[in-house]
Amino acid sequence: MKVQTTVTKPHVPIVLDELDVALIAEIQTGLPLTPNPYAEIGQRIGLSEAAVIERLQRLLQAGAIKRLGVVVRHHEIGYRANAMTVWNIPDEKISELGECMGGFEFVTLCYRRPRRLPDWPYNLFTMVHGRDRDEVLTNISHMAERCGLASIQYEVLFSKRRFKQRGAIYTSSRESKRLSQRS
Amino acid sequence: MHRQKTNIEDEQQSRLGTLERHLLNDFQHGLPLVPRPFAALAEKLGTTEDDVIETLKILQVQGYVSRVGAVFRANTIGASTLAAMAVPEDKLESVAGLVSSYTEVNHNYQREHHFNLWFVVTAADETTLHAVLQDIEQQTGLAVLYLPMLEDFHIDLGFELQWT
Repeated sequence: MKVQTTVTKPHVPIVLDELDVALIAEIQTGLPLTPNPYAEIGQRIGLSEAAVIERLQRLLQAGAIKRLGVVVRHHEIGYRANAMTVWNIPDEKISELGECMGGFEFVTLCYRRPRRLPDWPYNLFTMVHGRDRDEVLTNISHMAERCGLASIQYEVLFSKRRFKQRGAIYTSSRESKRLSQRS
Repeated sequence: MHRQKTNIEDEQQSRLGTLERHLLNDFQHGLPLVPRPFAALAEKLGTTEDDVIETLKILQVQGYVSRVGAVFRANTIGASTLAAMAVPEDKLESVAGLVSSYTEVNHNYQREHHFNLWFVVTAADETTLHAVLQDIEQQTGLAVLYLPMLEDFHIDLGFELQWT
């Protein structure tokens, strides 16, 4: 069962102006938990509340923002197992199969990436979640069956240890300089 | 969207009340774009704006909620990539520590594979991104597999939780 959605348009290039970038930078670690979060964000970057709302609406429609809402942490909520499952998909089938695999609830990422032969033959990456290992494997079988992946070479890379996890921060140029000084 | 619900462990269930569960499950996407979004949530849940805001703050402190906000399409601003290394077991701890020490690295996991260290690098631009990868190769003497995203097939509507 597929739900119709207009939330994302993954293949359309998005043009962002300076204020969009400022807005994204301001909300990347989350909206303030206050009665008027959009007004507060607007004050920080010199936009009205209405302008913030209008820009967020546009970024959502364009697909630059995939969703706006409560971002839960899977591990803490009880989904303690995840496996990066990697697939060697024939290039001509990647769009069809990628879209099929990307539509499952338990899949939180579904990206095409380059092969790096001979070390790395896989070109499609799916992140599959579950409460435990068995559930992750069941989910993978379910997905393989539904999308017709029986003949596709794949590997399941369970996570063993989490060394670091936080939201992306697009670092400022000042922080970038520190990198060159260190090396 | 293919649905396959999953039950939450009893342990989690007993610690979370009805309001908490609804806040975790029902608003992973579609936060209202109105001046008082939390008041709108409160109305749907039959409670007060204050209660919604305070509960979200608590869920965030407890670690259930990462943030209330946006999930961006990868590479919408800045540059990012997935990267992998095959690290000898006895060096894993120190190499992982070095990789995590970069502010540009936001995820860093050990995985069960010959390529056993997987991390995500996010930077303001491509130049910085490549500088970080090169720096890691130089510091460790190990090759880094550079795996940037080429296409995103994921329709992100959040993650449906089922409470038993």
